[in-house]
Amino acid sequence: MEITVRGLWTMIHGMGFGALYLMACSGALVELWRCYRPAGPGRESRTNDSFLRVYLVVMAALAWLAVLTGTYVVYPWYRAAPLPGIADLSSFPQRLLLSSPSTAGWHSIGMEWKEHVAWLVPISITMAASVFLRYGRSLGTHATLRNAVIGFVAVSFFAAGVAGFFGAMLNKNAPVRGGRTIHVMQRRHR
Amino acid sequence: MSLPQDSVPVELPNGPGAAAIFAAGIGSFALGMLAVLADHVAGFGRMMVFYRPTGPLSGVTACAVLVWLAVWAILDRSWRRRTVRARPLVTAAIVLLLLGLLLTFPPFGDLF
Repeated sequence: MEITVRGLWTMIHGMGFGALYLMACSGALVELWRCYRPAGPGRESRTNDSFLRVYLVVMAALAWLAVLTGTYVVYPWYRAAPLPGIADLSSFPQRLLLSSPSTAGWHSIGMEWKEHVAWLVPISITMAASVFLRYGRSLGTHATLRNAVIGFVAVSFFAAGVAGFFGAMLNKNAPVRGGRTIHVMQRRHR
Repeated sequence: MSLPQDSVPVELPNGPGAAAIFAAGIGSFALGMLAVLADHVAGFGRMMVFYRPTGPLSGVTACAVLVWLAVWAILDRSWRRRTVRARPLVTAAIVLLLLGLLLTFPPFGDLF
């Protein structure tokens, strides 16, 4: 089993930070709803508060790690331009996609949307985490703020889903690869 | 006498929360707006290249984050101890967030 350094970073960005954020986000939405529903939690709420504070801060960290690795580590490899005369575009995903009308849309719509929409995620979840850190369970008494926080988290879930979907499809159609090869595991054949 | 575990000793003003939410709306809209400008105005797109391997995306996102943090810092300072009319601010923030989301969608951004 082998993986290239670029493939590994793409995996860390997408399957590590990105997918983990998406899973955590669905959990956060459920927990926020559970926390503030009319017949909300009773005496165990202080433990819940601490848990949700840590949970949202970890989510914010995941969101920032996902967009920073995506923008500054993986994206430069994706948009790299080949030297003139190079016919094999397999190491230049953006150019490979644009070289055929049947795949160009994955870049012109997919990547163009993904690269920007993903940045709404850390903005939204950092805001949500900071508001929850400041107010905790007393956010329940500020219905307008509470609903806005839940709305922003829901939009961040959608934005992360868009980024994740197009990330997966782009990597399927034109994977980011190259760099040193890492041998993960080997099995002897008898 | 100690307070019960669940009690909230003091009602916090809504100012800081409203500041954070409104600033996030402004930041999201700034992101969408800057993305459209960088895509459609060649000179602006070149100005947004802060880090060459990433291209204009580096400047667009860095500027949007700066706008968001600056607005947040200013509003938080002004509203820290105040109770503000949260509903119009939150409605504006949600509208700005949705507009930002819409502006990042290339077919919509191409309308301008």
